Amino acid sequence: MPTSPSDGPAASATPADRAAPAAAAAPADLAVVGAGPAGLAAAVTAAGLGLRVVLLDSGERPGGQFYRHPAPGLGAARPEALHHGWAAFASREAALREHEEAGRITYLPLHHVWTVVPGRGQDPGQSWTLHAVVGQGLDADADPEATTAATVHAGAVLLATGAYERQLPFPGWTLPGVVGAGGAQAMLKSGLVLPGKRVVVAGSGPLLLAVAGSLAAAGARVPVVVEAASYTGYARHVPALLRNPAKLAEGATYGGALLRHGVRLLARHAVTEAHGTGRVEAVTVARLDRDWRPVPGTARRIPCDAVAVGHGLVPQLELATGLGCATLQSPDGTVALELDPGQRTSVPGIWSAGETGGIGGAQLALAEGEIAAHAIAGRPVPARLVRTRTRLRAFAAAMAGAHRPGPGWTGWLREDTDVCRCEEVAVSRIREAVEDLGARDARTVKLLTRAGMGWCQGRMCGPAVAALAGEEPSPDRRPLSCPVPLRDLAGLPEEPAAGLAEEPAAGLPVELSTPER
Amino acid sequence: MNEATRPRRRSPRDLVGGAPTDTWTLRFDGRELPAQAGQSIAAVLWSAGILAWRTTRENAAPRGAFCGIGSCYDCLVTVNDRPNQRACLVPARPGDRVTTQEGTGHADLAI
Repeated sequence: MPTSPSDGPAASATPADRAAPAAAAAPADLAVVGAGPAGLAAAVTAAGLGLRVVLLDSGERPGGQFYRHPAPGLGAARPEALHHGWAAFASREAALREHEEAGRITYLPLHHVWTVVPGRGQDPGQSWTLHAVVGQGLDADADPEATTAATVHAGAVLLATGAYERQLPFPGWTLPGVVGAGGAQAMLKSGLVLPGKRVVVAGSGPLLLAVAGSLAAAGARVPVVVEAASYTGYARHVPALLRNPAKLAEGATYGGALLRHGVRLLARHAVTEAHGTGRVEAVTVARLDRDWRPVPGTARRIPCDAVAVGHGLVPQLELATGLGCATLQSPDGTVALELDPGQRTSVPGIWSAGETGGIGGAQLALAEGEIAAHAIAGRPVPARLVRTRTRLRAFAAAMAGAHRPGPGWTGWLREDTDVCRCEEVAVSRIREAVEDLGARDARTVKLLTRAGMGWCQGRMCGPAVAALAGEEPSPDRRPLSCPVPLRDLAGLPEEPAAGLAEEPAAGLPVELSTPER
Repeated sequence: MNEATRPRRRSPRDLVGGAPTDTWTLRFDGRELPAQAGQSIAAVLWSAGILAWRTTRENAAPRGAFCGIGSCYDCLVTVNDRPNQRACLVPARPGDRVTTQEGTGHADLAI
């Protein structure tokens, strides 16, 4: 049986101590990567069905980004005040702790899984090996002492790695004070801080309403929420909307909160420029046509000291695509995993749930996690869960289609606007690569300009570079999902496992100090 | 309603009824900044109204936290002489010395 961390090192343990239980643990039936809504629900459901589960998560506390909450040291008496549906999390966290006590779940926080490879033994419990870097902060090259390595063996793997925010550049978006909408929300939920006193919320998608509501409730003034889509996009999906009264009520809750705080919602508009020298002082907001092209003569200036911006979410798929899992195009234009009704990927033994299968929100993620747990345990999936998933997926598709970026957004770029924040690659250089040098896809643009070759490995500029190259975004292809110390790579078995053989590791050491593909 | 007549707006701490178990200071470019137990370095800097703590390699442009979840690496900072720490992930500890990071953070190596 896996050792429960609760028997072992306390919270003050060093990363090395915390890794110890994993290294000592017997192979698990199931390894779950990610302790957000999908992973947490899957882990506790699977443990309840009798499986031995290891739950690995990069965060310090369970909950993922959606249920991100203040560190215990901040002494929040009402963490639920910053959340929607907190009870769904609280009950699962309690179940997690019970299963941990009973030794059915080994919960490993601060474990950043960087690769999953086929296992070597004949034992079905050894089908997969997961390699993780353990530690806080995780900039391994800067602080090798602060991290250590962990290895987990399991019969099946569930990838619940969630999503990050989609960003579309605009002039001035690199100014301090321009932050991700999800980023502002994350910093507020975990650190109880705001980026400014007057925060314009902009971009597209339902997250904006939630972010604006939280910022206003926490004391920021939100002069306006600028939404690029027009809500008439929903009209084509009335049946999907009507089948989801709870979702509509959730929307109404956010809408009500905005009204209460005097926040205006400006649909079919965009922030087309942020102004300031050392930091944001104002934004230009312009009306968009139906293709998201700014309408000349409609620009106006709104003073503010921060902008929270985002255009929906992008599934985080490195581990899955590294294993060769098949993908598909979602209605919002992002790439997601192709999954069967039991949440299986195209690779036998690898399951996935939540945002990795297409952005759909926490309720859907909870249901999919439970469905996956039943399928992995070889149990029939309760009809109630299947109905919930069908209904919420239809709602998600309607929403995703309505907020999908229109092609005209590139009309608000200037030639000198940086698209790649890390490598500081301007629009002009990307257009030159496409128009003069014949680049037809994001990969060629990257090779010619270095866009996407910096620290974030294209997570921030990927969708924009693809749009400028005239193609749909392609699946994530990053051999390592996070920075890994060289000694951990050197510690891998000499013969690469089958899954790695197709992705040659040549040049990796160079790539690690300044990560490049 | 103008600034003077508007009731005092609540803070994030008011909203969740926060009472930190401990407080201390950290030093940022020579300034003492108040920190609360459990805050990341980025959260401490935002609390002090500081939004930039890095300059970029090419254009020496100011940058700070952007994605807030460790994906974008825009918030890199030097903590206790160790460069390239993601301020949004690294918890602030008593007595930390945080300094603005210029370029790659390896200027001392002259590369």
